Amino acid sequence: MTQKVLLAIGTRKGLFLATNSGGDWETTGPHHPMTDVYAVAIDTRRATPRLLAAVTSEHWGPSVAISDDLGATWSEPDHAPVAFPEDTETALARVWQIAPGPASEPDVVYAGVEPSALFRSDDGGVNYQLVRGLWDHPHREKWTPGFGGMAVHSVIPHPTEAGRITVAMSTGGVYVSADGGKSFDASNDGIKAYFLPDPYPEFGQCVHKIAQHPDRPDRFYAQNHHGVYRSDDNAKTWQSIADGLPSDFGFAMVVHPHQPDTIFNFPLTADSMRFPPDGRCRVYRSDDAGSSWTALGDGLPDDFWSAVMRDAMCVDDADEAGVYFGSRSGEVYASRDGGEHWTQVAAHLPDVLSVRAAVI
Amino acid sequence: MITVLLPQVLRAKADGQAKLEIDAPDPATLARVLDVVCERYPALERRLRDENRGLRRYVNFYVDGEECRYLGGADTPVAADAEIQVIPSVAGG
Repeated sequence: MTQKVLLAIGTRKGLFLATNSGGDWETTGPHHPMTDVYAVAIDTRRATPRLLAAVTSEHWGPSVAISDDLGATWSEPDHAPVAFPEDTETALARVWQIAPGPASEPDVVYAGVEPSALFRSDDGGVNYQLVRGLWDHPHREKWTPGFGGMAVHSVIPHPTEAGRITVAMSTGGVYVSADGGKSFDASNDGIKAYFLPDPYPEFGQCVHKIAQHPDRPDRFYAQNHHGVYRSDDNAKTWQSIADGLPSDFGFAMVVHPHQPDTIFNFPLTADSMRFPPDGRCRVYRSDDAGSSWTALGDGLPDDFWSAVMRDAMCVDDADEAGVYFGSRSGEVYASRDGGEHWTQVAAHLPDVLSVRAAVI
Repeated sequence: MITVLLPQVLRAKADGQAKLEIDAPDPATLARVLDVVCERYPALERRLRDENRGLRRYVNFYVDGEECRYLGGADTPVAADAEIQVIPSVAGG
């Protein structure tokens, strides 16, 4: 039986929703037009999936909008759903990540934000509170903004170990809490920061994305600002898995939903050349946890001078898992066979900042 | 009475009203007027100001025709019969 998939596409000018039941994609939008949608989540822990979209209006500021009818209608609280407490003397710039918590905590939702901080919701993503353990970390005053800002862009709650949560930020690196966010430890051993005097510092790395498979939660993958890594010990230490890639620069890092050793990446030439090598749009897949890589391009274009951002690649949870990515040139591609063949879902959209997909 | 004129896009957050009549706090400043406005219509607060009560960068407040940034920002004095226009700036693309 063909499963119906919802693909949420966050762009620079709003959110687009595409659905597919085995035929053509049907797309609606823009929802929340003229907002940056850096993050979108499809929370499938509910009877009806809840969509959560981080929307930022240049005029009216950042917010998180919720839909419980698959995007037909949206709601936002009157007050700011994510806001820094008064004593921080800080104002929210934008939400970069919305991460539903583990199945055992069905009302917990995390938000990673700019400036670098973590928020937690205990009511399904309506209201959020600052996670003080990260905000009060003594390293915080030494975190510095990268080119894209200073934000917590990766939030990974442990699938089974209550209280364990791993975050990554630009520019600061990976931090892990084992006590529900009361305290965090920098966890960057082995990740290089070539732009610092000490290339292997305790923190300060420009991690672009981290990923984890729920069936293999001690293993992490990371795409760094130059550097691709794997950790086999709960993010304590990291080893390079960049051999076999045409470049160690990029933003996306995605794990196959059913195969913990299968990962997807979209290499870009360099930090100073944010195009795929030779302008060839190619997804790279490893089926052995990064030991070797295969370029996948069937259905993907050459003369492609765009980029894929950190949250603009994802997988769904279908039995025959889909893989998706969107580009800054407004194209979205999908594969139903692990990346062997690709078809275009959409073109001529605004630049794509985030994609998320799930069976509905 | 102080008058606050809202742009079309924000009127839904104020029961559809384009013009709000505000009793002047004394002495009145733009910030104090906004306090009254946002207490009456809480959904306006985060669209006009951030959580530090800083004025949104691309929202302009004209006090009797003068853009408040050239007066005193949020501390701009507001006369008892002043008109405050809230106008989104021309920005983005």
